Amino acid sequence: MGCEPHIRVQAEDFDLAVEIDRLTDGRRDVGAVVTFTGKCRDEGGRLAALELEHYPGMAEAEMTRIARQAAERWQLSGLTVVHRYGKIRPGENIVLVVTASSHRKAALEAADFLMDYLKSRAPFWKKEHLTDAGPGQWVEAKAEDENALERWKK
Amino acid sequence: MKLIYFAWVRERIGKETEEVTLPGEVRTVAELLQWLRARGAGYAAALEHPQVIRVAIDHEHADHQTRLPLDGEVALFPPMTGG
Repeated sequence: MGCEPHIRVQAEDFDLAVEIDRLTDGRRDVGAVVTFTGKCRDEGGRLAALELEHYPGMAEAEMTRIARQAAERWQLSGLTVVHRYGKIRPGENIVLVVTASSHRKAALEAADFLMDYLKSRAPFWKKEHLTDAGPGQWVEAKAEDENALERWKK
Repeated sequence: MKLIYFAWVRERIGKETEEVTLPGEVRTVAELLQWLRARGAGYAAALEHPQVIRVAIDHEHADHQTRLPLDGEVALFPPMTGG
């Protein structure tokens, strides 16, 4: 049984420094902290915003299940996942993963695992808003995202 | 049973959620998708390729062979694109 993950689904932005402090304040056993921030890009000027829809209740439940798997598989002292929803503009944050461990490898691998699973298993959907045409297409899932899960299956 | 839809499945069906009473022969997720397709043009458009539709039962992913619960919340949605 690993650490208890911090899971949040929210419209508002997150503060990287605050989230790192949450996992490291007052601790002397943490030797490595890895953060991954997923951001909205403008796709060469084409994109005005992404609108993120989510399934309230299941989003938190699924993120917790994924995080618990990571906490069982790697020796982590702390783990945080924050996923935003609503309209997010280029340059703004979408998702945050923070992993803390006594050693680098566990923190790096766990963060990589979490992002692979969040992309294909957490119930979020992105719709594009275009600079010249308003609401556009739903972003299509990529086969490579699904294939990425294979490498974690033992 | 409560049905809840997301993303383009929601847009094509034209509603977010609905309560349905299923006929006795609709026992699995696959049978539910088949039954829903006959309910109108929006459903037919949303479920045109049932194999791509992802399903959750009471907030947990389920495959198309899964038996439906007697009551509860069944969600239909496209492949997820979070992260």
